[in-house]
Amino acid sequence: MHSVVDPLLVVILLLNFFLLGTTRLRAAIAGSAAQGVILGLLAALVHVSVGPRPLLIAAGAAFIKGLVIPVLLIRAMRDAGIRREIDPLVGFIPSLLLGAIALAVSLIFAQTLPVVPSQAGSLLLPASFATVLTGFIVLTTRRKAITQVVGYLTLENGIFIMGLSILEAMPFLVEIGVLLDLFVGIFVMGIIINHINREFSSLDTSRLSALKE
Amino acid sequence: MLFALVLIPLAFAGVAFAVPSQRWRPWLLPLGGGAHLGLYLAALRQSNLSALDGWLVLDPLGRLVLGLISVLFLLSSLYAPAWLALRPGRSNRVFCANLLIILSMITLITVAHHLGLMWVAIEATTLAMAPLIYFNRSGRSLEATWKYLLIGSVGIALSLMGSFFLAYSAVGSRLESSLLFEDLIRDAPQLSRPWLHAAFVLLLVGYGTKMGLAPMHTWKPDAYGEAPGLIGTLLAGGLTSGAFLAILRFFQICSAAGEAAFARPMMVALGLISMAVAGVFMARQRDFKRLLAYSSVEHMGILVVGVGIGGTAIFGALLHLLNNGLTKGALFLSAANIHRAYGSKLAAEVTGALQKVPISAALFLMAFFAITGSPPFGPFISEFTIVRAAIFNGQYAVAGLFLLMLVVVFVGMGATVLPLVQGEATPSRPDALLTRETFFNVAPPLAFMSLVLLLGLYIPPFVSSLLKDAVATIELR
Repeated sequence: MHSVVDPLLVVILLLNFFLLGTTRLRAAIAGSAAQGVILGLLAALVHVSVGPRPLLIAAGAAFIKGLVIPVLLIRAMRDAGIRREIDPLVGFIPSLLLGAIALAVSLIFAQTLPVVPSQAGSLLLPASFATVLTGFIVLTTRRKAITQVVGYLTLENGIFIMGLSILEAMPFLVEIGVLLDLFVGIFVMGIIINHINREFSSLDTSRLSALKE
Repeated sequence: MLFALVLIPLAFAGVAFAVPSQRWRPWLLPLGGGAHLGLYLAALRQSNLSALDGWLVLDPLGRLVLGLISVLFLLSSLYAPAWLALRPGRSNRVFCANLLIILSMITLITVAHHLGLMWVAIEATTLAMAPLIYFNRSGRSLEATWKYLLIGSVGIALSLMGSFFLAYSAVGSRLESSLLFEDLIRDAPQLSRPWLHAAFVLLLVGYGTKMGLAPMHTWKPDAYGEAPGLIGTLLAGGLTSGAFLAILRFFQICSAAGEAAFARPMMVALGLISMAVAGVFMARQRDFKRLLAYSSVEHMGILVVGVGIGGTAIFGALLHLLNNGLTKGALFLSAANIHRAYGSKLAAEVTGALQKVPISAALFLMAFFAITGSPPFGPFISEFTIVRAAIFNGQYAVAGLFLLMLVVVFVGMGATVLPLVQGEATPSRPDALLTRETFFNVAPPLAFMSLVLLLGLYIPPFVSSLLKDAVATIELR
């Protein structure tokens, strides 16, 4: 099983760097969509039992993260008429460096935690932590509302990877609930983005600065 | 029974969505709230309510929080129809439906004994709240909603990660991994320590964001400042209490694992930081609704400090949960009346409220004294209990800092509140909506204030037995 899972996780880690380095919004959205599809594949592969349940979750994750949400975001991007993330708080090269540091920290942190023998040496945990941290970096250093949502999605992807290692604890109902909440969350964010665009004629969240002490 | 508690508000939400009448729809809120309170009182009579193989259990801690939520919702909902009647041009369909959805989901938080399910419910309240914060449809409320959504979602995501860590702490010890609360409490002594510690930190930060503990509180002043007062009540008394309940559940697991000594100092530190940050930002605060937000940050701090101190302070913290929720009801609703009477929430444009809206201003003043811990109101008793426990435990530094913060907050808050109610009345802005106080404007905050006074003078036996049972649950006796 490892032989397939680890390469896929490496692809996810590479996509993290892609997300940190790209200026085009469409590329960032596509990158997170690709992560979503891979997560779906992983969910199907990691499950030990073969049955309708893992396949349903895998298909649900791939469908929502890989198709529905990206379509929502691309539409919001088109409505707003913007294509690029310009002038982020932390530049693209420094972001990549931060991403590398995050990956190193994740590898070290995962080493310090005791893991079950079947997952020893697996990239599952470090990949999860690194993806969460990447999401954090994107979320906090970018100005455009859509990019911030992509950051949030990446963060959620990282948590989803973590969830793959404790499948027995997450019953079907809860897993579907988590996916549904994610979908509704992005949907609501999409509506708010639309309103921000109409109100301020821009998706630059640095315009959102009326409220402060 | 438990299904009914969760599903009946949801059914009312469906009806509220379907009813075409803009005028009659808001009355579904008190109707749903009344049904919920009735069911809750019926549930109190039965012991050991559980459903879905232990996924839903109404334990003593849940009873306590659910009782607060139910009363809070009913009284606030009585305020809603008259308030919504001031805004006839704006559709209240989503407003009413989402309020009822929130009631249903908070109920689910209190009865969920599966930590994954609890997470789903908390996330659902966060999302259902977003359109309500945006109710005023202004650029400022938009900004508040965006910050609330983004910061809240990240906090909630961290707590999901923390829940996963907790599940993994069982896997790491070769136990059957589970997120059922009873299983975790039973297996707690064998849980893998590094995972458990990391889980608690993530959960404290994650659900602490939802509670609005500093330094994760930054969404709070914006959201409370821009949302309608009615929503402020439910945020400050309801949702934050739900998040506090979640933290308590994880604290229980930590205690069961014999790791309370790991969790306690963190909670005390985070709580004191919250109180200090609130004290600093309350001084010279020009916007009185933001002032209330910082007051909420302060009181969330008091709650976690109480639990962190332990002993009788846990009783104090749970009593303070009730006191804070009810006083916040009086504060936010009377502040909303003043806001609507002047058309402004800036302290510079609002003075002499006692002349313009005498009952609301008097209630606001009384609620200010109550929330800052003056006798004879309820918060005085609970804060006193916490300080006494700290001194009794020999934690003099904590007790001293706690008292210092209370004084700073009293001075800072008083500097804004006292000029607001006293003196000559400033003229209202032309867009002021409220011209005179009516029964439904003042009765709900008056009812909240009476309950706060009651809890200060005399704790009814059924409330004190609820509190004692809840304390026993936390201490695993």
